[in-house]
Amino acid sequence: MKAAVVVFPGSNCDRDCQRAIETSTGARVERVWHQETALPAGVDLIVLPGGFAHGDYLRAGAMAALSPVMAEVRAAAARGVAVAGVCNGFQILCEAGMLPGALLRNAGLKYVCKPVDLDVSNLQTRFTAAFKDRRRATMTVGNGEGNYFADEETLDRLEGEGRVVFRYAGNPNGSARDIAGIVDASGNVLGIMPHPDRAFEPELGSADGALLFQSVMASA
Amino acid sequence: MSAPAGSTAETALEYGLQAEEYDLIMRRLNREPNPLELGLFSVMWSEHCSYKSSRRHLAKFPTAGPRVIQGPGENAGVVDIGDGQAVVFKMESHNHPSFIEPYQGAATGVGGIMRDVFTMGARPIALLNALRFGDPKHPRTRRLVAGVVAGIGGYGNCVGVPTLGGETNFHSGYDGNILVNAMCVGLADAEKIFYSAAPAAGLPVVYFGSKTGRDGIHGATMASAEFDEDSEEKRPTVQVGDPFAEKLLIEATLELMASGAVAAIQDMGAAGLTSSCVEMAGKGDVGIDLDLDRVPQREEGMTAYEMMLSESQERMLAILKPGREADGRRIFAKWGLDAATIGRTTDTGRIVLRHHGAVVCDLPLGPLTADAPLYDRPWVEPPSEAPLDPAGVSPPADWEAAILKLIACPDLSSKRWIWEQYDRHVMADTLADSASGADAGVVRVDGGRKALALTSDCTPRYVAADPFEGGKQAVAEAWRNLTAVGGDPIAVTDNLNFGNPERPQIMGQIVRAIEGMAQACRALDFPVVSGNVSLYNETGGAAIPPTPTVGAVGLIPDHARRAGFASLEAGDTLLLVGESRGEMGSSLYLREILGREEGAPPPVDLAAERRNGDFVRGLIRSGAVRTVHDLSDGGLAIAAAEMALASTIGLTLETAGGLAPHLFLFGEDQGRYLIASAEPSGIIEGAVRAGVTIASVGRAGGDAFEAPSLFSVPLERLRQAHEGWMPAYMAGA
Repeated sequence: MKAAVVVFPGSNCDRDCQRAIETSTGARVERVWHQETALPAGVDLIVLPGGFAHGDYLRAGAMAALSPVMAEVRAAAARGVAVAGVCNGFQILCEAGMLPGALLRNAGLKYVCKPVDLDVSNLQTRFTAAFKDRRRATMTVGNGEGNYFADEETLDRLEGEGRVVFRYAGNPNGSARDIAGIVDASGNVLGIMPHPDRAFEPELGSADGALLFQSVMASA
Repeated sequence: MSAPAGSTAETALEYGLQAEEYDLIMRRLNREPNPLELGLFSVMWSEHCSYKSSRRHLAKFPTAGPRVIQGPGENAGVVDIGDGQAVVFKMESHNHPSFIEPYQGAATGVGGIMRDVFTMGARPIALLNALRFGDPKHPRTRRLVAGVVAGIGGYGNCVGVPTLGGETNFHSGYDGNILVNAMCVGLADAEKIFYSAAPAAGLPVVYFGSKTGRDGIHGATMASAEFDEDSEEKRPTVQVGDPFAEKLLIEATLELMASGAVAAIQDMGAAGLTSSCVEMAGKGDVGIDLDLDRVPQREEGMTAYEMMLSESQERMLAILKPGREADGRRIFAKWGLDAATIGRTTDTGRIVLRHHGAVVCDLPLGPLTADAPLYDRPWVEPPSEAPLDPAGVSPPADWEAAILKLIACPDLSSKRWIWEQYDRHVMADTLADSASGADAGVVRVDGGRKALALTSDCTPRYVAADPFEGGKQAVAEAWRNLTAVGGDPIAVTDNLNFGNPERPQIMGQIVRAIEGMAQACRALDFPVVSGNVSLYNETGGAAIPPTPTVGAVGLIPDHARRAGFASLEAGDTLLLVGESRGEMGSSLYLREILGREEGAPPPVDLAAERRNGDFVRGLIRSGAVRTVHDLSDGGLAIAAAEMALASTIGLTLETAGGLAPHLFLFGEDQGRYLIASAEPSGIIEGAVRAGVTIASVGRAGGDAFEAPSLFSVPLERLRQAHEGWMPAYMAGA
């Protein structure tokens, strides 16, 4: 098992993601600089980590979406490799057009860092299978622009196709329909605003994030 | 701003130099300094850079210990934590800039203290902050709180270092001068600490990071002057921060260090390029030649004076080993940083600056650094409050109202509004933070069993009432915070905030507070390894309350054996460790309920402090206890209320004893802890054997916070009061 964590200038959860994946799955993890034009051979999971790629200047994720490595990430997802964007990674996937919608400024207009309860609303995805019958998970959010937005038609389609994977039980940022995480139409690309990479051992307050990484590695 | 045409004593005064200091420069040089040279002297001799008023007294601190690798004098202190690892930390103020421009002032304060830590070779792993604002009713306060908090969050969150804890006080004494003290803690390989002293002549001097602009010129001088009604006009001396650049700078610096190319390194902080190159050459006992035309510049036409005095942020100066400039170029290009070799070290002992081909400055380094003025400022014993007669302290007319008022008062109310704006979990090592119900923040060391406990503390109203006892108390309370989570307190950083040292009464506060702190540090084996002094915190002749903030670090060998105060369970017995005499002088009860700010602060018995603390830490380490809260502001009643709120369970306090109930419940006697256990008898026996005062004071259970025949407050009401004040205040209510 092998995973790649992309490092953009300004990523700040790349080391967290590496340790979370290693600890929860035993997979080998390589960190890949955003200027690379090839990914390590045989990766089962590519993570776009949280942080402030390019300082979030212009718009969160806008410049990172144009990094050279993103063409490879897109191609890998098309081949069936799992891609997970966490927080800033979710913003990058939206900016890259790999996920629908956008992440707007939080409804409260302030950065918010707190533990949130999540409903695991689809247990049939490759990112959630290990949750089994656990419908409730706890992770922390830490974002200023985590307010998920899409037009009504898109939201209806996401819900109709079971692509809303995680929902807030107690919406911290104004996200439409309490959406915390979605997958693309292929089911290979996940965007999630809360941090599974900060919830992989009980002493961190929750180990629920480990289930996400275990799910995806089991699916490879 | 440009340098004036002539160099006169009058110009020196404008730069913050005294007439006699100008004369001293003339004697040292045997000539008049040119305007640029005068600028260099003015910043290097500023209070901020030279510690000229405080240095003589700072020498009273104990700074050595078996774990200390580097004490004061470098960018940050370095302490051995075993296993080849070291913790690197420092606290620093950004008071003046934060008052003028709260967002940028606070943000660049965080950026500056992080640079001090990673400059030593450490990766920053935690931030704390100690904030003092004016009266909530003062028209400026709300805007300052909002700006400072957003600035701290905006910078730390983006760089990706968790902000774990801190403290926030409000008092009218800070109406004209708020305090923003930021602490950064980093982790390094104990064998790979980097220093600033240039090791030899003939080595390349490499500038990297952001370009130099015209911002922040004379910031260090501003930080060494009082405010007046024109202080708003000082906004151009406030720097602007770019946390994204800082993040790149951290990664590039650590990569450059790992490459083996670095011979010496220094960040450009206060006094910018001037202080970094002067200190590197001065400490290394070499000389330095710089060609200012090579300095990466943000705008055209900058003068030598502007470049040398700029405090543009996110810049570093490194002296590389011979033949290693290519390593630097590769790493700087990867991270997209501006960089240039701007000069070389020499064997002349002089700083020589060239601009447009001409030598514009040629000074011996000695007078700028080692021979800077050192003052023994006159001081008088500061007045201290007389002990308060407890008979004159009346019980509350309405107990329930008093409890609710105290738990909701600005100093004790929940600061959730603040800390929810800080990323407290990035780096995935946070075990305890502001949200956790613990007396100190706790982070794992690189995912392992070992952890660090971190705190910041000071009780300014005690220091104001008695600088010596208040200084002692600040150290003791920080030590107690670390102990209460199960940490071995290992070292201290201090951030001394005072008024104008040229006034003998203020100088007296400084001297006596330092002496009190030093006594406590010695008694508790708690060496001072770094620090910062912020003087001239005055506006219109009114000084701030003396505020010597203590930042401190403790070591937890195995984080499975630690404590917090959110783990109280139904049926637990509450035990009070330490002696209660009902000390009400300068207490919060006196101030908030009776409207009186007076009386000697509670004295700290350092032997009892140590005995009680060692006993409690032993209980945590043995696994006998995991629910501990130290007693501080508001005494037993508030500690118990906080424990109940954090644990979401009611509790009943018993007040039987010799003391009147209000003295027992609200007294702020020092060296005390509230601990909880389902099996108290063994603990009580152990305390008796150890000579530690202990008493059963209550039991957990139910859903009210109560003391029979005095008060019974439903937990939810208590919570609403505790959580309600700050959001309502910030919303403009």
